[in-house]
Amino acid sequence: MTEVLDVSRVKADFPIFERKVNGKPLVYLDSASSSQKPRSVLDAMEHHHRHHYANVHRGIYTIAEESTAAYEGARAKVAKLLNARATGEIVFTKNITEAMNLVAYSWARKNLGPGDPVVISEMEHHANVVPWHILVEERGVELRWIPITDDFQLDLTDLDRLLDGAKLLSVTAMSNVLGTLNDIRLLSDAAHAAGALVNVDAAQAVPHLPVDVQAWDADFVGFTGHKMLGPTGLGGLWARAELLDAMPPFLGGGEMITDVRFDGFEPNEVPWKFEAGTMPFVEASGLAAAIDYLSALGMDAVRAHEKQLTEYTLRALEERFEDRLHIHGPRDVDQRGGAISFLFDRIHAHDVAQVLDEDGVCVRASHHCAKPLMRVLGVPATTRASLYVYNDESDADALVESLAKAEKFFAI
Amino acid sequence: MPGLEDLYREIILDHYRSPRNRGELPVPPATKAEGFNPLCGDEVVLYLDIDPDTATVRDVKIDGQGCSISQASTSMMSSAVKGKPVDEARKLIRAFKALMSIHESKLEGESDGSDLTAELDGVRLGDLEALQGVVKFPVRIKCATLAWNTLQQGLDERESVDA
Repeated sequence: MTEVLDVSRVKADFPIFERKVNGKPLVYLDSASSSQKPRSVLDAMEHHHRHHYANVHRGIYTIAEESTAAYEGARAKVAKLLNARATGEIVFTKNITEAMNLVAYSWARKNLGPGDPVVISEMEHHANVVPWHILVEERGVELRWIPITDDFQLDLTDLDRLLDGAKLLSVTAMSNVLGTLNDIRLLSDAAHAAGALVNVDAAQAVPHLPVDVQAWDADFVGFTGHKMLGPTGLGGLWARAELLDAMPPFLGGGEMITDVRFDGFEPNEVPWKFEAGTMPFVEASGLAAAIDYLSALGMDAVRAHEKQLTEYTLRALEERFEDRLHIHGPRDVDQRGGAISFLFDRIHAHDVAQVLDEDGVCVRASHHCAKPLMRVLGVPATTRASLYVYNDESDADALVESLAKAEKFFAI
Repeated sequence: MPGLEDLYREIILDHYRSPRNRGELPVPPATKAEGFNPLCGDEVVLYLDIDPDTATVRDVKIDGQGCSISQASTSMMSSAVKGKPVDEARKLIRAFKALMSIHESKLEGESDGSDLTAELDGVRLGDLEALQGVVKFPVRIKCATLAWNTLQQGLDERESVDA
């Protein structure tokens, strides 16, 4: 196999792979939950702390200006990565969950009322389910669900009927459980034709694929930094500028105002209108370094690498375990990313993960914050291995060997 | 570093592979209690037939699904309380939780070895002691205690009905 990424060099950039777990090399297959960090990201945050730590947008002194420039520079890098029309279309939030809640609490609360339909899908993460459930309770909006097919795709048979009268379509670009890639442009076109806006959960897409918000023709796109080599505590929302302009503030406090009087306040301009209080600006320097790192690899190369490795991993699992192991997700790697969920017939996901941990193999065993999807799949939980830039065939091989051990251990 | 054999003792795997007392009981006269562990999706459905005259657990049946630890613990619990007086079953619950380092009247980290002896209160745990290794795997403690919390819930419900 020709390698599109020099993974041994990539791996060497991540200090955590210097450690061992239970005396074995660390096999990290849980990047869909949170990714590891390259040295450049850790260094960027340390540099910010050591050299120009000061609160942003406040001080009239050199290091405060440097700190502000770094923070706004990070925003510009995100805008470029997502191909936003303007830097001001990027609002920083705590994570994508907060970005989804920003859409729900600010845009939807202002624009949706009783009976207004919001369309989501059965493969959504709780971050794109619960904010809408809250609005169902609070505003009486109607929640509609796009079902999934037996081959783990969105079932678009009744899409027109589901979108009829809808105000918002809110879907994931890539399922964190199934790995399924959804055709956002097709969904955007259908939603816009029905008069609905489009909100995209791109938590799994932005770290792994070239994402172009204009090509998607979306209205809102949420992402999070810690799944894309950046630190925890910083994610964001891209939205069309005119939508952000018209949206009321979400959280009130410092920085999000231009004036506060005894009888009211004037909100700040977009995007700062939505950034109340001291933001994680040191983490923004880390995110900027993460984007530099990914851009140097090239998002096309990242995607090509993960496609190759996903194919290798799926084939290895099939050859070794045949039909004893069920893979919950599309088989065609053109239709999926590197989040691979699976279950043995008679072995619980947690027991599998426990055996793997003894071999230093880190996988996730849970409902992956997608309980409606677990109900559709008819399973309480799955084990999920997820791939990223620092994984290679040796990681897939370690997974397969450790799974064979688990199967033997729990043999009936 | 605790090894797999600390967690998955042979008797635990035996109960997991061949769970005891599987089935259902008609409700009423039996009491049904359900326990759920949202983290792993473990589920325990417990049917308790309690003889009101002798305050004895006449029969126990269990249903549900989950990981080996939760299912083995449920099976072992059912064997341990079947035929036992209710107050003895309650003592077993306390003793089992003490085994799992859960001391209801204390804050975490305050316990010392003497608590365990006190809370065991002369109760013989027998095979259940095989589950002690779970303590070394903190995220799995909830798997082991699910059956016992469900039992407690079932006994409490029964008592409130009888009261």
